[in-house]
Amino acid sequence: MSPLLEIAAIVDARGLSCPMPIVRTAQAVKPLASGQIVEVLATDPGSVKDFAAWTRATGNELVEQTSDGAVYRFVIRHK
Amino acid sequence: MTLTVERPEVAATTSVTPDPIAVAIAEVEGLPATGLDPELPTPTKELVIIDWSGDFDKVLPVLILSSTAAASGVRTKVFITFWGLLPFVKDQRRVVGENWMQKMLSLMQRPGIDHVKLTRMNFLGMGPWMMKRLMKQYRIASPRELLEAAQDMGVEFIPCQMTMDMFGLTREDMIDGLGEPAGAATVIELMGHADASLFI
Repeated sequence: MSPLLEIAAIVDARGLSCPMPIVRTAQAVKPLASGQIVEVLATDPGSVKDFAAWTRATGNELVEQTSDGAVYRFVIRHK
Repeated sequence: MTLTVERPEVAATTSVTPDPIAVAIAEVEGLPATGLDPELPTPTKELVIIDWSGDFDKVLPVLILSSTAAASGVRTKVFITFWGLLPFVKDQRRVVGENWMQKMLSLMQRPGIDHVKLTRMNFLGMGPWMMKRLMKQYRIASPRELLEAAQDMGVEFIPCQMTMDMFGLTREDMIDGLGEPAGAATVIELMGHADASLFI
């Protein structure tokens, strides 16, 4: 990931099923200031589509999305 | 790897051509021709769910959808009525109601979020027990966890006054953080404003 991104909060949603990765992320994003970054780790394969939909719905920006095959990593910038 | 998305020529041209009627209206009204004013915030979407069933397999989607909607910035209201009221009774309340019929009802259908039964394959509690084991194994959030998340995300649960009376339930019997009890007219009004309404 680019070294410019400073992570303000990390959501470890590994092992959690729908809808908890999204709900925990929304809870983590809520107190953040605009522009702050949250990193999410998830293992639910459905989260790939869900995070795309959630960022579209909320206006938060999906800055990066990577996967090592087992864990999905999402970097989101609070709107 | 770079992906090139091929756009059909027709789609590309039609998307940039402004609608002549919209342009004409915009000229008269003095608004930007693109339709939505980009300066204005996107209007908040609203979801209304009528939560009628107190069954495990129906309470679960109510809680999953409402918490996710609220997490997605959708203003979410859940009208809890009939059997749907019982999961919202405090867990320490074992027998509720004023008369013997109401008390008997609560004995047959134990209230509280941890005591929801399955619509099918209940098998005297064996079904929900197995379901809870499976949910734990696959780390699916429990109804209690989902309810807490939904309330934290700002979902408003509105109890139905009429069925509260019928079951002999008071505000003190119900969990904290619920909305003001209301009736059918309130729900009809809410549904009129909502972008989507569900009956579960």
